Amino acid sequence: MSDPNRRPPRIDARDWLEPLPAATRFSFRGSPEAAAAASRALGVELSQVACRANAVGERAALWLGPDEQLLIGAESDAGAMREGLVAALGDTPHSLVDISHRQVAFAVKGAHAEWLLQSGCPLDLDIGQFPVGMCTRTVFLKSEIVLWRTAPDTFRLEVWRSFADYVASLLAEAAIELSA
Amino acid sequence: MLIIDCPYCGPRPEPEFTHGGEAHIARPADPSQATDQQWLEFLYLRKNTRGVFAERWRHARGCGRFFNALRDTTTDQFLATYRAGQKPPAVPVGGER
Amino acid sequence: MSSLRTPAGGRIDRADSLSFTFDGRRYQAFVGDTLASALLANGVHLMGRSFKYHRPRGVLGAGAEEPNALVTVTRDDARRTPNLRATQVELYDGLVAESQNRWPSLSFDIGAINNLLSPFLPAGFYNKTFMWPRSAWHKVWEPPIRAAAGLGVAPTLPDPDRYAQQFAHCDVLVIGAGAAGLAAALTAASAGARVIVCDEQAEMGGALLSERDATIDGQPAVAWVAASVARLAAMPRVRLLPRTTAFGYFPHNNIGLSERITEHLADPAPSLPRERMWQVRAREVVIATGAIERPLLFPGNDLPGVMLASAARTYLNRYGVRVGTRAVVAAGCDAAFAAALDLAAAGVQIAAIADVRAAGAADGPALAAARAVGLPIRACSTVLAATGALRVAAVRLGVVAANGNVSPGDTIACDVVLVSGGYTPSVHLHSQSRGKLAFDEALGAFVPAAPAERSRSAGHCRGINGLGAALEDGACAGAAAALATGHTATTPRFVATALDAGIEGTPGALPQLASVIPPAKAFVDFQNDVTTRDLALARREGFESIEHIKRYTTTGMATDQGKTSGLNALGFVAAESARKIAEVGLTTYRMPYTPVTFGAFAGFARGDQFDPVRKTPSHDWTIARGGVFEDVGMWKRTRFFPVGTEDMHAAVDRECLGVRNGVGMFDASTLGKIEVVGKDAAEFLNRFYVNNWANLAPGRARYGILLRDDGFVYDDGVIGRLAADRFHVTTTTGGAARVFGMMEDYIQTEWTDLSVWITSTTEQWAVVAVQGPKAREVLAKLVTGIDLSPTALPHMAIAHGEICGVPLMLFRVSFSGELGFEVNVPADYGTHVWEAIHAAGQEFGITVYGTEAMHVLRAEKGYIIVGQDTDGTMTPDDAGVAWAIGKTKHDFIGKRGLERPALKAKGRKQLVGLATVDPQVVLEEGAQLVATANRPAPYPMIGYVTSAYHSAALGRSIALAAIADGRARMGETLYVAMPGGDIPVKVVSPVFYDPEGARINV
Repeated sequence: MSDPNRRPPRIDARDWLEPLPAATRFSFRGSPEAAAAASRALGVELSQVACRANAVGERAALWLGPDEQLLIGAESDAGAMREGLVAALGDTPHSLVDISHRQVAFAVKGAHAEWLLQSGCPLDLDIGQFPVGMCTRTVFLKSEIVLWRTAPDTFRLEVWRSFADYVASLLAEAAIELSA
Repeated sequence: MLIIDCPYCGPRPEPEFTHGGEAHIARPADPSQATDQQWLEFLYLRKNTRGVFAERWRHARGCGRFFNALRDTTTDQFLATYRAGQKPPAVPVGGER
Repeated sequence: MSSLRTPAGGRIDRADSLSFTFDGRRYQAFVGDTLASALLANGVHLMGRSFKYHRPRGVLGAGAEEPNALVTVTRDDARRTPNLRATQVELYDGLVAESQNRWPSLSFDIGAINNLLSPFLPAGFYNKTFMWPRSAWHKVWEPPIRAAAGLGVAPTLPDPDRYAQQFAHCDVLVIGAGAAGLAAALTAASAGARVIVCDEQAEMGGALLSERDATIDGQPAVAWVAASVARLAAMPRVRLLPRTTAFGYFPHNNIGLSERITEHLADPAPSLPRERMWQVRAREVVIATGAIERPLLFPGNDLPGVMLASAARTYLNRYGVRVGTRAVVAAGCDAAFAAALDLAAAGVQIAAIADVRAAGAADGPALAAARAVGLPIRACSTVLAATGALRVAAVRLGVVAANGNVSPGDTIACDVVLVSGGYTPSVHLHSQSRGKLAFDEALGAFVPAAPAERSRSAGHCRGINGLGAALEDGACAGAAAALATGHTATTPRFVATALDAGIEGTPGALPQLASVIPPAKAFVDFQNDVTTRDLALARREGFESIEHIKRYTTTGMATDQGKTSGLNALGFVAAESARKIAEVGLTTYRMPYTPVTFGAFAGFARGDQFDPVRKTPSHDWTIARGGVFEDVGMWKRTRFFPVGTEDMHAAVDRECLGVRNGVGMFDASTLGKIEVVGKDAAEFLNRFYVNNWANLAPGRARYGILLRDDGFVYDDGVIGRLAADRFHVTTTTGGAARVFGMMEDYIQTEWTDLSVWITSTTEQWAVVAVQGPKAREVLAKLVTGIDLSPTALPHMAIAHGEICGVPLMLFRVSFSGELGFEVNVPADYGTHVWEAIHAAGQEFGITVYGTEAMHVLRAEKGYIIVGQDTDGTMTPDDAGVAWAIGKTKHDFIGKRGLERPALKAKGRKQLVGLATVDPQVVLEEGAQLVATANRPAPYPMIGYVTSAYHSAALGRSIALAAIADGRARMGETLYVAMPGGDIPVKVVSPVFYDPEGARINV
C-alpha cells in the first residue's frame, strides 16, 4: 500500500486467496443512453446483457442491475475516471457515487475455487452455468457479495468492508479440509 | 429454498430475494382525496389467497429490482414472473378470487 | 472368533480385525462390521431397552429402519452421540458404545417395572393422569417423567468438531445406490448429465450387498456393483456420496443431504469436518430408496432374537454372521423363504417355517426352492406368541382354519425368529415433496402416485419387485430424467438372475389378533412402545382418523416415521374398524428421514461465525484500551470505555461530563448512509420524508423524519444537501437496509416519473463525532480547507476539505446538545483519523465515549431514538417532532395516514419527560405508569417508560415516557408501578438540559 494512512480491512493471503489492491470504485446508475456515454468515456463497454462484466486493462464495468453498474479502476485512476465520466455524461441523467472504500476485493483462485465458494453461495458456479465474464450480486451465507469470474479458476469477490472478514474466514473454514 | 425466475437475471435462489407482499396495489395518485375507508383498504386489506396469488418480490441481493410473480400458495410453485408495471399474464386454471 | 461367524464370505475384511467395547465389555470384530453385526457375531442380541416400558430389545433390522438397537457412541466427554442405530454404526478399532435407557445395567433394568405396570400405562396415560393440579406438572410430575423417559443423554460440553456445508447442483440427483439407483445413475451419466448419487450406507449397492446368488450381466451382483461404482466414479460430471442420507425434500427440488465424514474413522484427521450438510438443487430427481420389510404382529414380537428375515439375510451374506443357531421363520409373504434358504445353507437349523398363507396360494420361486431342499414348511400356520426372558426361547404356533379361526399348535424351541410381513416401499421422500400416494391392493402398500416436483421413483420404492425389473425401472427413470435435462440416453438392458420373491405381504395383524378381544399385546411401533392394545384403545375412545390415532398413541412419530410401524398400524386399524387400508388413509411423512445432528444444521454458523461481526474503524483501538462492546444488529459498537476499575455507571458519568465540560469523540460510523442523486433528488425526498427539502440550500443539513403510509414514524436521520442534485441521507444504524429498500420500492414502482437514483454509502464513510465546547479547537489542529468559525460553518452546515491530509466531508451536527461535528472520511482512513483526533485532543482532555454515554447525552436533550422511544405506532406528534413536517406539502409518505381519525384522537400516548421524586432512583425502561397510588386492581396503564438514565450533568435521574395525553399532564404526579411498590414521578418537559439550546450554537 502506497499510503500508510490508508488501512483497509485485513484479509490474509492464502494459496487460494489473493487480497486485491485498493481500487477506485464507482456505483454508476442510469439509463442505457447514460451507460453508452460512460462506455465511451471509460473505454470499457458497460454491458447491456445481464450479469456480464467487461474489462479493458485495469478498468472494468460489472452489470449489477438494469440501471446499475459497478465501475472499477486502479487506485490512481480515480481522478481520470471521474473527470472522463463527468465530461462524457454532461446533463445525461445518471448517478455516479464514489464507493472506493465501501468494499474490498479479493480473488478466490485455484482448482478448489468453485468448491470453496459453493460452501456458502447457492448459485450454480459450474462453468457451464457461470462462465468467465459472468458477474452478479449474490450472497455468501449471511453476507452480500459481488462475484465475478475472471478466469476459469479465478473469481473476484467484492465485499462490503465490514463483511469481508466474515466471508474470508468462512472460506478459510471450508478450506481446512483441503489442506489435508 | 425456492427458485425464483427474476425477469432480469433468470432463475435464482430465494436467499437473494425479499418478499414484498401482495402485488398490484397502487398507491392512490392523490391520497388526500381518499376516504378513510379507501385509505384503510389501501393500507391493510390484503387477499391472503389460497391458490394463485400475485405477489411482489425484490431481487434485493441481485439486480435490486422489484417485480411481480404469480405463485400458487398451496404448492409454492411459480406460474409466472413479470416486471413491475406489467399486467399479470394469463395463467391456466387458478384459484385467485 | 465365535462360531456364529461364517468361515468365509461377506463384505467384511477378515484379515483386518479390530476390537470395541459395548457396555464396558470388549469384543472382537472385523473391518466392515457394523456395531450390530459385530455384536450378533459375538452372540449378543440384547442391545437396548425400550422407550416407555424398558423392555429388553434386540436388533430388528439391519439398516436405517432399526427401531430398537439405539446406542450411545462415545469418543470423549464432548463427543458422545446418543440414539445411534447400531445397524448403522460402522466399527473402528477402539469404538466405545453403550446401551441406553437402562439402570443399573442392560440385563437388569429397574425401569422395567414399567413393563409390569404397563396395563396402567396405556396410550394417553400422561395426558390423562397428570392433569391436576395444573401447577404440579412442572414441579412434581414432569421432572421424574422426563428423567425416566427419553433415550440417550446428550453431552453437555461444547461440540469440538467442525461441520461443513455445501451447495451443489446437478441435472439428476439419484437417491439410493441399490440396483435401481445405480442403473439410473449409469444411464443418466452415460447420457452426459451432471449426476449426484447419494446413499446412506458406507458402501454403495443397497440390497445387492446382501445377495448371495444373484447375478447381473453374468457377474455376481456385488461384482456388478463394484464395476458400476467404478464406472461412475471415473466420470467427471458424476459425484458419488456414500454415507450420505437424503433426509429432506424441500420445494423446487432442493434436497437436504447429511454426509457423515469421520464417524467411521478411529482417528480422524483434524482437518476433516465431522459431517457435511449438502443442499442439492437438482433439475431432476430419481428416488430409489428401496423398501423396508415389515415385522409381524404377535405377542412377544419385540423379544431379542425376533428380527426381520431380510436383516438376518443381510447379516449372513454381507457380514458373515449367523444370527442364531435354530430359527423359526414366520412368513407373511414369499420373501421370507430367501432368508430361510440362505441361513439353512449356512448351517442354521430351520426349525419351522410358519407360512400364514394356504399351501399353493403363492408358490413363488423362493418357496419352491425352499420346498425343494426340504425345509419344514407349515402352511396355514401362524405365530401365536414368542416367549423368552432376555432372548426368544420358543414360539407357540397356531393353525389358521379356512374361516380364519386359529387353534393352538406346537411350541417350538428356537433362538431366533425371522419375521417377514412383506415389504413397505420407502415413499418418505416422495411424500415429503408433496407427491401423492396411492394404495396398491396387490402389493398391500402405498406407492408413489403423481409427483409434485421434478422427480420420479424407481425400483422397490415404487413397488417394483424383482432384480431384473428394478434394474430396468431404474434405467428407464435415469433415461427419462436425463432426457428432461436435455440429454438423450440410451437405456441399457440388464440380464439379471435372482430368487425373486412375490409381491404380496401381510400388513397389520395376524389372524389370531383380530379374533381375540381385547387384542393381545403385540408391538406395532417398537421405538415408541405402541402396541396393538394402544391402537385398539384409541379406537374405543373414539379416535377414527389415523392422524388422531397417531398423535394419541404416538405410533409412527419421531424418528420412526412409519418405517417399520406405518403399514402395520394402518392394517391393524383397518381390520379393527372394518375399513380398507386405503380408506383409513395415511399420515404425513415428516422430514428428516433419519435424525440429523444439530451440528450438521449449524454448519459454519457457530461462535464468531454465526453472524457477520461488523467492526468499525475504532474496533482494534477499542480492544487495546479495554473498551466494552455491545451488539447493535451485526455491528460491534463500543458501549463504554472504563478507566481503571470503573464500572459502567462510573465510566458513563465520566464520559458524559467529559463531553459537556470539554470535548468527547465517538465512533458514529455505523449510521446508515444513502447518497440520493438525480435532478429530482429533492422532489423525491420531499415525497419520501415529512420535511420540506426544496428550500434546503446546498451545504446545509436538516433533521428528517420518515413515516410509513400508515402515518407512523419509521426512521429518522440528518440529511445534508451536497449539491442541487445530490443529498447525503443518514439513517438509524438498524434502519439502513430497510430504508434503502423502501426508497428503491417507491422509486421503482410508485414514482417512476422521477429521475433519481440511490447508492448505499454506509461503509464508504468512517464517521467520528467530535462533540463538546472544545470540539472546534480540536478539529482546528487537523482540518485544512474549511473555515470552522460559527459564521462560516454554523449548526447544520456541511463543508468539504481535508483532515490529516485525507478528504473530509464535515457535518456540523450534534446529537449531544453541545457544539458538535461529524467527521466523515473515506473508510480506509478512518482508523488513522480516529487516532489523529485522539492525539490532537489530548491537550484538551478529550474523552472517548461509547453508545451508553451517547444515549444519556441525547436523552438529556430529549432527542428520540426511533425504535426505543417510538414503537411503530407513534406519529411525529406523539414523539414531539411534528415541527419537522413540511406544512405546505400536498403529499408525502404518511401524510394521508396522519389524517386518520384514530391518529388525531385524544388520549394518544405522547412522549414527555419524567423526573422521579427521589432524584437518585433510575426507572426501568418498559415500566408501566398509572395515574393514582394505592388503587384497587384492575387499574388502567396510562403509559410506559421508554428511556431512563442517571444524568451526571444534572446530578439526578432522567427518563422519557410515552403517556396518554402526556403533554397535558405537565407537572402532574404519576406512579411507576413496580413489584417493590409505586415510584412517584413528575411529568416534565423531555428537554432536561440546556432547554434554550444555547450550547449548540457557539
